[in-house]
Amino acid sequence: MLRWRQATVTQRIAETDSATTLVLDVPGWTTHRAGQHVDLRLTAPDGYQATRSYSVASAPARPLAITVQRVDDGEVSPFLADVARPGTAVEVRGPVGGWFVWEPNTTDRVVLLAGGSGIVPLASMLRHRRRLGDPTPFHLVYSARTPDRILYRDELAATTEGEHVVITLTGDDIPPDWDGETGRVDAQTLRRHLPAPSGGLTYVCGPTAFVEAAAASLAVLGYGPTTIRTERFG
Amino acid sequence: MSVTAGFGGRRGDDDERLPPGQYRVDDFPVLTAGPTPLVETDSWALTVRDDQVERTWSWDEFTALEVESVTTDIHCVTHWSKFDTQWAGVSVATLLDEAGVRDDAPYAQVYCYGGYTTNLPVEDLVDRVALVAHTFDGDPLEVEHGGPARLLVPHLYLWKSAKWIRGIRLVDHDQPGFWESAGYHNHGDPWLEQRYAGD
Ligand SMILES: Cc1cc2nc3c(=O)[nH]c(=O)nc-3n(C[C@H](O)[C@H](O)[C@H](O)COP(=O)(O)OP(=O)(O)OC[C@H]3O[C@@H](n4cnc5c(N)ncnc54)[C@H](O)[C@@H]3O)c2cc1C
Repeated sequence: MLRWRQATVTQRIAETDSATTLVLDVPGWTTHRAGQHVDLRLTAPDGYQATRSYSVASAPARPLAITVQRVDDGEVSPFLADVARPGTAVEVRGPVGGWFVWEPNTTDRVVLLAGGSGIVPLASMLRHRRRLGDPTPFHLVYSARTPDRILYRDELAATTEGEHVVITLTGDDIPPDWDGETGRVDAQTLRRHLPAPSGGLTYVCGPTAFVEAAAASLAVLGYGPTTIRTERFG
Repeated sequence: MSVTAGFGGRRGDDDERLPPGQYRVDDFPVLTAGPTPLVETDSWALTVRDDQVERTWSWDEFTALEVESVTTDIHCVTHWSKFDTQWAGVSVATLLDEAGVRDDAPYAQVYCYGGYTTNLPVEDLVDRVALVAHTFDGDPLEVEHGGPARLLVPHLYLWKSAKWIRGIRLVDHDQPGFWESAGYHNHGDPWLEQRYAGD
């Protein structure tokens, strides 16, 4: 049974102007698999509670970390992104989800497609790969609105052997010095950056519209539906 | 339970309609394990069977069956609930009747285009509101919400309301479906907060 556990924020890392990573200390927490999420619960002084799901950002066996993108009119994410500090008490339960996970040595090749904060569980997979020195080839295409919205930018750029990382900007104001991709993820973008669809697993995560568009583009390229796993953030 | 310092929260006024741990949304989020399968209505078919009989409807035959409309709240295990959603479709009881399947089978397996499966007790399909829905808010059900047709069992978490339904099979022995094999609860009653196995 997945019970609620007390958790304390131990560290707060500002990733961007609108996204924050919280490292949590959770007594009794065992570990998670790369790609899983937790349910997180906040309790107001009068007992009112609000619960949301957040993907685990950290690699398995590392301290539990989540990265929260602020949704401006949201109930929970502004608190987590702006207010929570070391010492803040929350509750978590999990890890949850046995499907949207990557385990080393289970597949020949991994393709990761991220839209916005959909990068979070995929970053956990990449971190897991790097920590273990796993040789499975990884191809990541990450779509973000503007450069200041890119999560884990330096870390993603520090590729190790077998990793291919492409970031595409979808916003209107592309800075003149941007040398990455631009435009939404479509079949053309993916054809330029992904290997031919033979073997391997593909993980797609982000807002619904992104996941629908990315999965449809993968189909155009001939990626089989049974090799694609998706996670939609709302 | 421990208080989260600095958290006020935003309270709705419909709390008694919200199962524990849920919050209200006005849009309609999507949760699916894989890509959205595209099923054309001219190749679509729905099959209801048990170990003796089997009945298949084409899209035209299915949409000619008696239509039932419901307005209901729906609850997703990812914590959102949406109030007063309007659906129309064919009641599962009608389909079982028309198919002539036995009335003493305890469990149903639901299978879908795209390979998704779910399981539930037959009584959740016949004693409560349960539809194979083809219409949402007066319009044909959109593909990302399960069109052309999905199961709708609003008193259980929405993963039981299988999208892109292709068939229902009545069986003697319960067999966990897709999410039920991946750590989610076998029954999924939101009022008992049956989210995960063991809840
Ligand atoms: C399995 C899973 C994993 C998730 N992982 C993460 C994660 O790693 N990081 C993260 O930041 N979020 C993640 N989310 C989203 C998260 O659970 C919340 O939905 C999000 O933080 C917004 O909550 P809120 O209370 O601030 O907004 P709410 O009060 O719930 O919503 C306020 C308004 O914003 C809209 N809205 C809700 N969610 C979003 C969204 N994601 N994008 C745009 N608009 C939205 C609502 O429709 C509403 O209009 C995940 C969701 C799921 C289901």
